Amino acid sequence: MEGFAVVDFFFMAVIAATPLLFATLGEILTQKSGSLNLGVEGMMFMGAAAGVAASYIYEATVGDATLGFVSAILAVLIGFLAGALGGLIYSVLTVTFRANQNVTGLALTIFGIGAGNLVGELLGIRAGGFTTVAEDTKRMFSSISIPWLSDIPVIGRLFFSYNFMVYLAIITAIVLMWIFNKTRVGLNLRGVGESPATADAVGINVTRYKYIAAIVGGGICGLGGVFISMADNSGTWIFNCIAGRGWIAVALVIFAAWRPSRAIIGALLFGGLSVLRLYLPIDGIPAQVYNILPFVATILVLIFTSIRQSKEHSQPKSCGINYFREER
Amino acid sequence: MCHGIFFDILTSMSEVSNCAVKLNNISKSFGTVQANKDVCIELRRGEILALLGENGSGKTTLMNMLSGIYYPDSGEIYVDGKEVIIRSPKDAFDLGIGMIHQHFKLVDVLTAAENIILGLKGSVLINRKKLASEIREISDKYGFSLDPNKKIYEMSVSEKQKVEIVKVLYRGADVLILDEPTAVLTPQEADTLFEMLRSMKNDGKAIIIITHKLNEVLSLSDRVCILRKGELVGELETKDASVKSLTEGMVGRSVSLEIQREAGALGKERIIVSSLTCLNSDGLKALDDISFKLHEGEILGIAGIAGSGQKELCEAITGLYPVEGGSITYINDDEPSELCGLTPTQIAKKGVHLAFVPEDRLGMGLVAGLDMIENMMLKSYNNEKGFLINRKLPKSTAERLIDSLEIVTPGVSTPVRRLSGGNVQKVLLGREIDSGPSVLVVAYPVRGLDINSSYTIYNLLNEQRKNGVAVLFVGEDLDVLLELCDRIMVLCGGRLSGIVNAPTATKEELGILMTHMSD
Repeated sequence: MEGFAVVDFFFMAVIAATPLLFATLGEILTQKSGSLNLGVEGMMFMGAAAGVAASYIYEATVGDATLGFVSAILAVLIGFLAGALGGLIYSVLTVTFRANQNVTGLALTIFGIGAGNLVGELLGIRAGGFTTVAEDTKRMFSSISIPWLSDIPVIGRLFFSYNFMVYLAIITAIVLMWIFNKTRVGLNLRGVGESPATADAVGINVTRYKYIAAIVGGGICGLGGVFISMADNSGTWIFNCIAGRGWIAVALVIFAAWRPSRAIIGALLFGGLSVLRLYLPIDGIPAQVYNILPFVATILVLIFTSIRQSKEHSQPKSCGINYFREER
Repeated sequence: MCHGIFFDILTSMSEVSNCAVKLNNISKSFGTVQANKDVCIELRRGEILALLGENGSGKTTLMNMLSGIYYPDSGEIYVDGKEVIIRSPKDAFDLGIGMIHQHFKLVDVLTAAENIILGLKGSVLINRKKLASEIREISDKYGFSLDPNKKIYEMSVSEKQKVEIVKVLYRGADVLILDEPTAVLTPQEADTLFEMLRSMKNDGKAIIIITHKLNEVLSLSDRVCILRKGELVGELETKDASVKSLTEGMVGRSVSLEIQREAGALGKERIIVSSLTCLNSDGLKALDDISFKLHEGEILGIAGIAGSGQKELCEAITGLYPVEGGSITYINDDEPSELCGLTPTQIAKKGVHLAFVPEDRLGMGLVAGLDMIENMMLKSYNNEKGFLINRKLPKSTAERLIDSLEIVTPGVSTPVRRLSGGNVQKVLLGREIDSGPSVLVVAYPVRGLDINSSYTIYNLLNEQRKNGVAVLFVGEDLDVLLELCDRIMVLCGGRLSGIVNAPTATKEELGILMTHMSD
């Protein structure tokens, strides 16, 4: 019995970690280019609502001909684009119009929460109560069973039974790691984030790098939102469903020291904390205490990482500062 | 004009193809300031051309037009005989022109190799092995060594400079422009650099160095172009030049290069440092058992290779660096008091003042974004009573300094960062002197300054000495140390390797002490 509980706990931790991982990876990519986008929460909302909306509208349009597979792909794609739109808004304001990065990010969060809830609630009203997607679509976002592999005891459940988005998140982390460390594009991106003036002087198009990083980063954050609305909430819109997880991701970026590999560990840790209540209930401790655990951990992470002094694994130096070529 | 007759007489093809870059009637102005006016300069292959001029004479602006940072208002640029348009640093790179700026443009957290290929087109993946061997090939060719995998933040200034040079060479530059390359180097490092430049010259590269150090011009260059107030006022072969002729060309009048020094007996003891030991952040000894006495009315020079403990010593005396062992005794009216353990404010109140000019020339002592009045207040607001601040007194101090030190600034309310390097240093030193110190610790006060400004600073220090102030002077230029100081203390690896009497000492003597490592 005890053994099964541990496996279950790990399984649930992975599920809880995935949206955090997406959002953390998106923000790492954005920050690598020197943009501190605090709008993660907002972009997750946009992605979450757009994902549900895409599936719902597709299913309402085609009716009985609905394919769960197409519906799921649409949710992921449109959710990504919605997050990317958030990144685009952020880039236009901070890179082109040189607005303050912190303020823009906060505004994007407020905008995203509002826009996401608006779209979600409108869909609910249109559907006459609450929105939900087809069973086929739901199945795409629930646990899978790969023949043979998933049947391996313990290992099968631990590694080969998640929905496709979990694997997508891990692949995203690996691809980002590869880009940052092995490719020219990654080197140039780090150059832009660390010292845009230097990058500019060697002929790198700083504006283009910042735009692309923020847009793709926003899209990846949006995928985190899609996971929450489509997988966690089975394609149903729940008011305020992101509930602060975007902010935890911002802290996780620091915990991960801007490294995708560590983002996986960090997200898993925080995911585990958020489902701990279900697997380690202690009499007398109210659920609310468990619920604040991730946030307490966030504060602790911020304290300990600020003590850590490492030149290399710290925030890209130009983060938060807008770049414009000096004209004298 | 600058080329026509020459061209007619020498029609031989070799002379024509020898010309790497030609600037013709280049002018540039910023607002109402004419930075360059009708400048014609020709650079040949296989030569080192020195571009000489005082601060603000338009040397850097002119070269920035060649490297694509600025675009000239009028005039033409020819590269290999063809007229070209250079609109960005990338255009310059494509034409084989590379500039090494005074402030290095490198990404700290990346390695040397990564910095070198930053922004270059090529395969998606980076072939680190091939890259490292290519870098070794370049460094071997010109006789120096560079670790491709070392991170920039772990490097010394001279290593960073080598990275910049390789970066330019890797991109295929055959015209190199170096903006005051020795400003932050020790004499030994400068010699190494010169060797590198000479071997590049022999390899057929064309090199321009921007400088105001005459000895460099004479020892390194083949030709000199002198700029004054944005105009080319002289062009001569180095072999026909002398310190005197170059100075006069640069300043426009003859300048006395003698520093006034009046010999006299040492005054009373002011500070006694005994067995001072400090640890650095790695727990190693930054200062090891240093003992010396500083007297009233003397300038005690400190010489040493960069990073031998000069900074730590200055900061320990002024209370900014933790002292591990030993004592620093301050004597006022025969009353000794201990400085160790006091806060910087308490030490400053006793009259011990520090003017430190760091490598980036703005870091310490002044706040770049504040204007002169506010920077004056940084030191004086503590003495004021009441809740509100009084700007009148610091304003009059600022105005007095502008007058007496000939600080060039649009006004007292201009942010300090908008002043040129020399003027910033005058503000810093002027403020410290104005508060009437009894001990003045100055480090690198003439870093990056031209002759005229340097001499203003030397005279300021001399005046302080005459007034009985004990001056501790950390310098780089051994010639100046020898001329200015009464005694010179040499640090080597955090230890005191000797104190010499300046009027009788020689450069060689100091050089030996600087590299002396006795156990």
